Amino acid sequence: MGCEMESDQPEDLDVVLTSMWPEDMNEAGRQFNVERPGADQDMLEEVTINKEPNIVDFQRLMELTNYSDKGNWQLAKLVKNWEFKQANVVRLLREELDQLSKQQQEVELKKLEILEEHRFEKDGYGGDKRPISILDENLRYLYQDAPKRRKDIIAQGEIVAIDAEYDSAVYWKQRAMHLEKLLEASLQREQVLVEKLQESIESLERQSTPVEELSQVLKRADNFLHFVLQNAPVVIGHQDKDMRYRFIFNHFPTLGEQDIIGKTDVEIFTGAGVKESQDFKTEVLERGLPAKREITFETELFGSKTFLIYVEPVFSKAGETIGVNYMGMEVTDQVRKREKMAKLREEIAVQKAKETELNKTIHITEETMRAKQMLATMSHEIRSPLSGVVSMTEILATTNLDKEQRQLLKVMLSSGDLVLQLINDILDLSKVESGVMKLEAAKFRPREVVKHVLQTAAASLQKLLTLEGHVAEDVPIEVIGDVLRIRQILTNLISNAIKFTHEGKVGINLYVVPETSDVNKEGSEKKSRDQPTLSANTNGNGHGDNSPSCEESELNNTSCDQNGDQMDQDKESRTKAEERVVWIRCDVYDTGIGIPEHAMSTLFKKYMQVGADTARKYGGTGLGLAICKQLVELMGGYLTVSSVEQHGSTFTFVLPYKVSSASDSDDTDELSDTDHLGDDGYDDDLNSGVFLFPPRTLGTLFSSQINGRIPKLLPNSYGNHCNGLLEESPLPCSSKGDVSEEGSDSSGGAMATASPVLDIDNLRPVAQQEQETASECSSTNRTGVEKSETKQHKILLVEDNKINIMVAKSMTKQLGYAIDVVSNGAEAVKAVQRSSYHLILMDVCMPVMDGLQATRLIRSYEETGSWDEAVKAGVEMEAMSNQSCSTSQVEETRKKRVPIVAMTANTVSESADECYANGMDSFVSKPITLQSLKQCLQRYLV
Amino acid sequence: MLGLSLDQLRADMNRLLAILFHQGVLDEQFLQLQQLQDESSPNFVSEVVNIYFHESEKLLRNLRALLVDRELSDYKKMGIHLNQLMGSSSSIGAQRVRNVCIAFRAASDHNNRPGCLRALELLEYEYCYLKNKLHELFQIEQQRMLAAAVRYPAPQQHLNNPQG
Repeated sequence: MGCEMESDQPEDLDVVLTSMWPEDMNEAGRQFNVERPGADQDMLEEVTINKEPNIVDFQRLMELTNYSDKGNWQLAKLVKNWEFKQANVVRLLREELDQLSKQQQEVELKKLEILEEHRFEKDGYGGDKRPISILDENLRYLYQDAPKRRKDIIAQGEIVAIDAEYDSAVYWKQRAMHLEKLLEASLQREQVLVEKLQESIESLERQSTPVEELSQVLKRADNFLHFVLQNAPVVIGHQDKDMRYRFIFNHFPTLGEQDIIGKTDVEIFTGAGVKESQDFKTEVLERGLPAKREITFETELFGSKTFLIYVEPVFSKAGETIGVNYMGMEVTDQVRKREKMAKLREEIAVQKAKETELNKTIHITEETMRAKQMLATMSHEIRSPLSGVVSMTEILATTNLDKEQRQLLKVMLSSGDLVLQLINDILDLSKVESGVMKLEAAKFRPREVVKHVLQTAAASLQKLLTLEGHVAEDVPIEVIGDVLRIRQILTNLISNAIKFTHEGKVGINLYVVPETSDVNKEGSEKKSRDQPTLSANTNGNGHGDNSPSCEESELNNTSCDQNGDQMDQDKESRTKAEERVVWIRCDVYDTGIGIPEHAMSTLFKKYMQVGADTARKYGGTGLGLAICKQLVELMGGYLTVSSVEQHGSTFTFVLPYKVSSASDSDDTDELSDTDHLGDDGYDDDLNSGVFLFPPRTLGTLFSSQINGRIPKLLPNSYGNHCNGLLEESPLPCSSKGDVSEEGSDSSGGAMATASPVLDIDNLRPVAQQEQETASECSSTNRTGVEKSETKQHKILLVEDNKINIMVAKSMTKQLGYAIDVVSNGAEAVKAVQRSSYHLILMDVCMPVMDGLQATRLIRSYEETGSWDEAVKAGVEMEAMSNQSCSTSQVEETRKKRVPIVAMTANTVSESADECYANGMDSFVSKPITLQSLKQCLQRYLV
Repeated sequence: MLGLSLDQLRADMNRLLAILFHQGVLDEQFLQLQQLQDESSPNFVSEVVNIYFHESEKLLRNLRALLVDRELSDYKKMGIHLNQLMGSSSSIGAQRVRNVCIAFRAASDHNNRPGCLRALELLEYEYCYLKNKLHELFQIEQQRMLAAAVRYPAPQQHLNNPQG
């Protein structure tokens, strides 16, 4: 029994002790949200943690944890954790101790009980046996239910076990032995308990070393950090206050630990952005506030990369900054995308702005174009009827008229010419502006041009003005340029000058300027020239009243004055005469009213005149100068003006001309015969280059008009009055005799210079007209003959298309045939019924009745002699006329098969086979040409 | 002052014609038309073409009206109109208009309404182009005729030889 008891008890103890321990420990650990390592192990095993990138300066870390608040706090947390665990363990131990002491007390109590028992039974033995019973009773106490029973059993057992007689020596001996056994067992139990205690103390010691615990926690945290950060493009680091790296985590390291730790950014990298980041960190360090910034690095080490950097300062316990924590994330792609977006947005904005701008421009351009187009169209529209008026007037002038009528007619003509000229100006202008104007390059003689212009001006001159021209010697005899335009400019300027000059003179100076003379140089040249021009003009003005005999020398003087320095330049440039391009300057000067300063700016603008009163007084559209300027600029030159009010103006244009490479002698050979014929008298004139048209010495014939203003209504009154012959004979019809007479006159008197121009001008159209009428006559004769030949042929055209009719009609007319036209098959049948034709040209596709059916009907008539078929087909036949026809005629026509030629448009529905099948003889394909028609007609109308 | 020179205008005209030929807007038939113009009918070409414009506009209007009528597009009538237009176009040498007409008629033969609409658009465009260009041509020609007919006080070079 006793053995049973002993073996049971230690087992129970074990269970109790083990169940109390490690569970609680873990409970305490859970406070920190750290998973139990055992459970984690599998999870982490799947991940290979690359420990390398973690580069730590441990010494520094220790320092940090010692010095910085953050480290301190972290450490405190760990310590707290450990303390909590320790407290827990202490509590458990204390509980254990309490239990043990309780047991002890009970054991002692039991001991006392036993002792009392024994004292009660046997006083003498009590002292020796005490320790044995203590443990015995103590163990029993642990199971409170059991002891009593056991006790009973033991007591009974004790009582039963001792067989010997009570109070006998044997009895006591036995009893002592028994007690000894009990004592032994008790001692053994005590031993076991002591061992257990020792063991648990040892395990306690083993389990709780704080450093181990801490480092385990740290390790776990570290592992997790690695796990999380293993693929993140981040760099984490710590730098001390000297910006030296103390710790860096970089998953993609390019440098070893030794290369980074203890160094600054600047020492590690070179390139753009490094300095900036360093400065930024320093700034954060100084300000003590965390900050973020985006920095683009351009380093040799890792190329161009942008990092978003977060830097926070690290404080010591004393509150001083001792370094920075630094975290960088690579955002190169994002930045690139962002920049791209920004760029795109910007581009879109720019595009939009451009678009609106463009739209505006287009709108404006369209408006302008429309306005110009309208102007041109209007001009054109006006010109067309006006030309009719003028032409009619011209024709009217050839009829018999009395003097007054003739004069009225002249006014009409000149007014008409004026309006036409105006419209031409507008058209010219719009042509130049729209860039349509084309310049022609042709040889011409500048001297002739000057002379002609002056001549023309003199011819229509109504004032007492001297017209003069001077062409410098070095101006080539012939140059190449657009003579019409140049003449237009000159005429414009001259007529302008005459218009605004009431007395004195108007003249042209032509001379060569060096090629190098650019606009700039010309500008200064012009300025320096302003004064001499003025003086020259005043001179001229003063001499205007002088007798014209003095004019020539006077002219030479002025020209010399004007060209004082020019002569030298001329000599220089003469050596360059061989060169291809020569710049010729042309001054058109006058002694007129001049141009006020304020009007200079608007002078060359369209429709602008100096002032409203000027416009009223002098008339004109204000287009002339604008056209001149544009023409000059079109030809690559420039037009300038200088003027002194009340004294005169000088318009100057400088133009480049090509000089024909051929020598002058060749040029004269190339001249047309008319130019060359009997030109001896003029050769001197051409070479001299001085032309003078003094004011008309208004002879005895016109004494009545010397002082009076010439009435404006009679522009040509001079010419007419001085030349009775001219007046008598209508202009276009003036005979050649008149002209020769004029020619001889012109050499004599100055006033006659005007007339040849007019006369020859008028004469030419006459000559042309004569030629034209001659040719017309011949042509009409010819056609007349043809007509007489072919008159007997009658052709019928069956065609519904108006255009085709017109064309065909015109063609046959030209070929000398007359045709009848009907517009559909039914009408064709009727026409054939009415009269006989030699040829029918039949369109196939027609409304009402097509060509095929018409042909069938006609053929059936030709075969049967009756129109029954046609009547059946619904054609209303003129029965009467058919009956009235003599049978012989019917027979005749019946015999004769009318050739019917189809006109096909070569479409599917109009195949040639079908044409033939329906009785047509041949076909011409549309559109018909003169050639095909001619062949066709020749074939059938012999 | 001096009107536009005859040669200049002639050159302008020729250039414009050359462009039109090059673009295929006109073909040789137009030259035929020009050949028919003589002293007895000095405005023949422009007369014909003006009638052509008049007729064509009427036809185009009709064609559009026919096509707009969604349910009852009368393709047969359309074909007749197109034949007309084709005939006259080929007569004046309006090649491109004619070609479009052919395509148009093919579409109308197949009762192909979208095709017809497309062709009509194209036809109208080509017609307008032709009209503009021909108007331009006639304008130049008119100027040329005016320049030839009207006197200007523009003395010519050999005027200084009254004896000659």
